[in-house]
Amino acid sequence: MALKSIIEIEKLHKVYLLGKTQVHALRGIDLLIQQGEYTAIMGPSGSGKSTLMNIIGCLDVPSSGLYRLNGQDVSHLTDNELAKIRNKEIGFVFQTFNLLPRATALHNVELPLIYNGTASSKRKDKAKEALDKVGLTDRMHHKPNELSGGQRQRVAIARALVNNPAMILADEPTGNLDTSTGEEIMEIFDLLNEQGNTIILVTHEDFIAKHARRIIRLKDGLVEKEEIKENA
Amino acid sequence: MAFIGRWMEYLRFAYEALISNKIRFILTTLGIFLGVTAIIVIFTAIQSINSYVEEEFSNIGSSSLYLSKFPWVITDNYWELRNRPEVTLEDYEILKESVKTARWISPQIEAMRTIEYRNKNLEDVYTIGSTEEYIYTDNAEPEFGRFFTEMEVYRANPVCIIGQNVWEELFENENPMGKRLKINGFPHRVIGILEKKGNFFGFNLDNQVIIPYTTFKGISFHHRGIDIAFRTEDPALIDDMRDEIRGVMRRIRKLAPGEPDNFAVNQQSMLTDFYNSLTRTSYIVVFIIATISLVVGGIGIMNIMLVSVTERTKEIGIRKAIGATRNNIIMQFLSESVAISSLGGVIGIIFGVLIAQVLLQNIKLDASVSLSTVLIGYGFSAVVGIISGMYPAYRAARLNPIDALRYE
Repeated sequence: MALKSIIEIEKLHKVYLLGKTQVHALRGIDLLIQQGEYTAIMGPSGSGKSTLMNIIGCLDVPSSGLYRLNGQDVSHLTDNELAKIRNKEIGFVFQTFNLLPRATALHNVELPLIYNGTASSKRKDKAKEALDKVGLTDRMHHKPNELSGGQRQRVAIARALVNNPAMILADEPTGNLDTSTGEEIMEIFDLLNEQGNTIILVTHEDFIAKHARRIIRLKDGLVEKEEIKENA
Repeated sequence: MAFIGRWMEYLRFAYEALISNKIRFILTTLGIFLGVTAIIVIFTAIQSINSYVEEEFSNIGSSSLYLSKFPWVITDNYWELRNRPEVTLEDYEILKESVKTARWISPQIEAMRTIEYRNKNLEDVYTIGSTEEYIYTDNAEPEFGRFFTEMEVYRANPVCIIGQNVWEELFENENPMGKRLKINGFPHRVIGILEKKGNFFGFNLDNQVIIPYTTFKGISFHHRGIDIAFRTEDPALIDDMRDEIRGVMRRIRKLAPGEPDNFAVNQQSMLTDFYNSLTRTSYIVVFIIATISLVVGGIGIMNIMLVSVTERTKEIGIRKAIGATRNNIIMQFLSESVAISSLGGVIGIIFGVLIAQVLLQNIKLDASVSLSTVLIGYGFSAVVGIISGMYPAYRAARLNPIDALRYE
């Protein structure tokens, strides 16, 4: 079966200006991720991990090089075009959950649909469906401060899923959770991957990265090594 | 349909922002509230007084001119005007023969006199001496009885037409027709009663009595100047009539070419023009006061909105990460600032209308709150909301999502 490339990255560079010094965060990354892959990006701080994640997540644009997401070149898009790509193609899961504190779980999950203009009736159904996938149907009218950390992260995952994005991009998704809750969250990612979702984890924990079938290790802005698990 | 969802989201955003910080919201609203209240009160007051004044001025017909010593609106040196000669009955006789554009001409001699009937006294009654043409020059058609005739004027018959206030005060339930009352001690027979006229700037028009000018000479102790009223049938001729009056008067007074008139030809539009020039100034003053208070209110809103943007940096980051465009963010913050200012505007309108009504009731005027006043008040507040929200909204929209997400 010919797999479709979700992410094609070639010779990606990112240079920041920190005061007067140039910081080379990425120094020529090549990366290809296929549809349905379960990938972990690892590396110590300063390795360029976060920068790469921001570019993959279309929160930032590269200084040079090519980034094609789901077949579309997104290296030189404007702010608004990037916003639309983020809405349609990327589901973010953050370490700190990043839910709107005053909105219910359901409303948080609806938010991406509001921004792409989905009709109200359809929106509710889709949001409920996404919450159902993470097992939170009974908590959908609760606000984040009435939910446990694990439940909040499930809401965040439901929000990431709701638009059927090309990939789910999770940045340290278990970093604010205890070990067993973290394991539960990772099981959800595992399940979502089995159902065919492309998942990219950004982490520095080996036991989290082990859930992925492919581990990419970054060092000093370059891919240091790549491991692929054959048996999963 | 799709945009409705976004609008609901904007409103929800505004509502949540306001609800979560009620005190701050109320204080911020205060500036706009006061500004709009001021606009509504003053506009309503001016409009109500305007419509009252317009109605009053309409009592003076637009096809009439009044020849007097003094102009109604004095802009020249009063002491110079004082030295002018009086307009006299002799002038009237000449003008009556000469001014062809005037259909009716009446001389008017006036004084405040005491009227007695049996054992009752009524002081300070506005007593007018004139001719039968007064009916037409001053719309004095009696409601009961009749006006005096040319013959009665010629013969100086002691007859009178009384205002309704005189009737009520002196006769109570008695029929005054044919009764004799004493004006300044001289008996006059009542032959007619005027229609009820009400007040003219507080002056009771029903407290008057009209007699032939020929008998007026008998009740007046000292010689005074008179006024002369002219009325055309066609209001379009009013300018011609003024020219004619001036021409005749200059001839009577033997004024050389280039010498200024030493008499005044008054007309209704002088009063309306004068009044309009007064209100124009007050409109400008109101506009300036309202603008200042709304600008101050707007700065308050902008200040609070900047705080709100900083407080919600993280939220902005989240929204941008999941697909909010710059426009979405701008609209959200504009909705919030417009919500603040509109609420101030609406409360201001309500208070303004109430205050205007209380104030105008005190001076016995009907408050006419016009739709345009309300719309101006609301429009001002909405515009202030948009303008003062613009910069904070722009700042929010421009935030870099990466930094915004990291903000704690």
